[in-house]
Amino acid sequence: MLNRQIAPPIKDAIDFHLELPPYQKHVLRNGVEVYAIDLGTVDVLMVNWIFDAGNSYEERKGIAAAANALLKNGTSTRNAFNINEHFEYYGAHLGRACHHEMADLTLHCLGKHVNELLPVVAELIADSVYPQEELDIYKKNGQQRLQVSLKKSEFVANRLIDSYLYGPTHPYGRYSSLEDYQLLEREELREYYHKHYQHGACRIFVAGKLPDTLLQQLELHFGGLPLRAPGKENVVPSYIITPEKQKKYNIVNDPNGVQGSIRIARNFPNRHHPDFQKVQVLNNVFGGFFGSRLMDNIREDKGYTYGIYSYLVNNIQESALLISTEAGKEVCAATIEEVYKEMQLLCEEPIEEEELQMARNYTIGTILGDLDGPFHVASRWKNILLNGLDGEYFYQGIRTIKTITPDELQELAKKYLDPAAFFELVVV
Amino acid sequence: MIHFERFQLSNGLRVIVHEDVSTPMAVVNVLYDVGARDEDPGKTGFAHLFEHLMFGGSVNIEDFETPLQLAGGENNAYTTNDFTNYYIQLPAENIETAFWLESDRMLSLAFSEKSLEVQRKVVSEEFKEHYINKPYGDVWFKMRELAYKKHPYRWMTIGSQLSHIEQAQLTDVQQFFFKYYRPANAILVVAGNVKTEQVRLLAEKWFGDIPSGEKYKRNLPVEPLQHEIRKLEVTADVPLDALYKAFPMASRTEPGYYVADLITEVLGGGGSSRLHQALIKEKKLFSQIECYHTGSNDPGLVVIEGKLIKGVSLADADKAIEEELEKIRTQKISEKELEKIKNKTEAAIVFEDMSVMNRANSLAIYELLGDVNMMNTELEKYQSVTADEMLSTSRRLFDSNNSNTLYYHAGQPS
Repeated sequence: MLNRQIAPPIKDAIDFHLELPPYQKHVLRNGVEVYAIDLGTVDVLMVNWIFDAGNSYEERKGIAAAANALLKNGTSTRNAFNINEHFEYYGAHLGRACHHEMADLTLHCLGKHVNELLPVVAELIADSVYPQEELDIYKKNGQQRLQVSLKKSEFVANRLIDSYLYGPTHPYGRYSSLEDYQLLEREELREYYHKHYQHGACRIFVAGKLPDTLLQQLELHFGGLPLRAPGKENVVPSYIITPEKQKKYNIVNDPNGVQGSIRIARNFPNRHHPDFQKVQVLNNVFGGFFGSRLMDNIREDKGYTYGIYSYLVNNIQESALLISTEAGKEVCAATIEEVYKEMQLLCEEPIEEEELQMARNYTIGTILGDLDGPFHVASRWKNILLNGLDGEYFYQGIRTIKTITPDELQELAKKYLDPAAFFELVVV
Repeated sequence: MIHFERFQLSNGLRVIVHEDVSTPMAVVNVLYDVGARDEDPGKTGFAHLFEHLMFGGSVNIEDFETPLQLAGGENNAYTTNDFTNYYIQLPAENIETAFWLESDRMLSLAFSEKSLEVQRKVVSEEFKEHYINKPYGDVWFKMRELAYKKHPYRWMTIGSQLSHIEQAQLTDVQQFFFKYYRPANAILVVAGNVKTEQVRLLAEKWFGDIPSGEKYKRNLPVEPLQHEIRKLEVTADVPLDALYKAFPMASRTEPGYYVADLITEVLGGGGSSRLHQALIKEKKLFSQIECYHTGSNDPGLVVIEGKLIKGVSLADADKAIEEELEKIRTQKISEKELEKIKNKTEAAIVFEDMSVMNRANSLAIYELLGDVNMMNTELEKYQSVTADEMLSTSRRLFDSNNSNTLYYHAGQPS
């Protein structure tokens, strides 16, 4: 007779051997580095061009984002429709994204079509013209989208907490207003494009089942462009972080709102700090996943929210430890109180071995699942390399997860989970 | 080509195994053949609330999450109008933990009063977060009621009103469980680094002795053919006017489904799609416009929705959409445009099937639809659609006497 009360035996996380599949590095003749991850059995491909063109380089708000968004909207021989049609005809997707330090173009396609697509990406990098009409549409539609977003308490809260943490002029803390869109000028965008894309600092990541001729094709289409590898002479402009003095904020965005967006956050060092990976383990226990203390207490015991998480923000210069949730308007105060109680508990009592074991195993299991497939491996490498780290960082992280002790975690809690160090924001 | 094996336990549980040795992981996916469409109109939102309760402890296992996380696993679930799906991903070596957990909650829940009390609140917060505290959050409550008069698709999976969730009782929970959550109404898919024989033994061991239950025979009211133009105007405190149009389409297993799917791509799929090009770029009437379909098992809806440029009237924007619809229902699509949307569809399927979790999920849904082998024949069905079929289906789909239109005015509600 089956005894359902006894759990089947499991293999512990400690016994899983995790390996990050390596990349191959190639250098094009203009010095641009290609990081290639050749993995998988399906005929798919991701190519990612990453430029030093994030909003840290802009002189006025919104230029970096606009220059990135409009990369696809016209060259001297193709209009926006022709460009979109070309990628879509081959079932491909060309995405763009602008971050703080970097901005990128990402192509996803079936391997069999890549040779039809690379020349057009090269054309966008070499010869985008930023048509005035496209810019006008971008400005108008961007303003309209922003008006809708500003009605959402979570959007408003996300912007405000970043500005408290980093200061309203820092690239991490500043945000666009309706007027910033209005001020965008075509000439500024073209200048920004000329400097940061056409003649920009670029690296390329490719992942998937790589066709044999891919590197030749990259050399052919990108090796001759006036791009360069990011070098020491091209360090990110250094911005000073100036956190706000005032710690607590209550904002009424919508008088009829039924929920509050709660953000509780403190500044935290970047990935190079020896505590970073250790605090990731502490954070997992605190609020990093569904089985965490915050979720267990505030959702599963009290029912104050649909979900609550804490995490270390993925910033290059400086991170933040952030707790984020939307809770019923009438239980916001109680939710905040419980968050601080959970901080206090981590400071006062060492984590029980069983709970820590659960967090260790869960984390190792998700990393194992996360290393599955070429795109996941590529994004892990990107995160490591773009933060100026190397493969050892990955293995150091695994060792930390497997061996950190309850005493060390308690010490870290005392060091970092002091409620007085946190900003506290509620937007209704 | 996705390979799989299929067998059935004596209690009626259907089991599908998909082996993939290239991953270190395994996925255990359990689909129950019950969704919001099976709810009582006076107790809507129940299937979804119930999904939450499935994590509140089962008859022999007090806590679902802890042992799974100890085994290095993660899990989630979702409820649609048609079905409810639960999935676990964990290292393949620890797969038996997933069998133990899933089989115990199929055997019986713990039916804890505390869990019900907490999850009522959690779901109420979910309701507020997604549908009340968001601009345009109530659109689909209104559109479903406009487009469906008889069929239970007229309410959302979250429920038609908060009070239905707040009033749910433990006896409702018990009845629901023993009616729907039985092996006879469930599909188990196991995928990843597993062997069919291993799965067969584990399935027998853990699920084999669960009482079969009675097979649920679905008998839902059929939505009568529409044959009328329906319009609704609302005013809400939002920044922009918005326009929503919905047209009845074929059910998931009819050939017309594939044609309608491709039609939505022609109209709204990407920057070179017709509505994007004509109405955002050329005529500059909309700042955003989309075309998609609800993809439901019973006859669904093709939807066009957009936000208007300030100063444009809803009537003018509507007229411009009608002009585009007039084109697609009177002029044959070019071979190049047809080829484009077929290539897009092919790539979308290949990318979706990259993840073992998606493959497991799709296999379960195709089995629910009546033929798990659809997993391998879908692309062919899209490839075989002709320009003539696109034309004739567009003509039926966008019949000007058969539409649902919602004008969502920005302003102060009176």
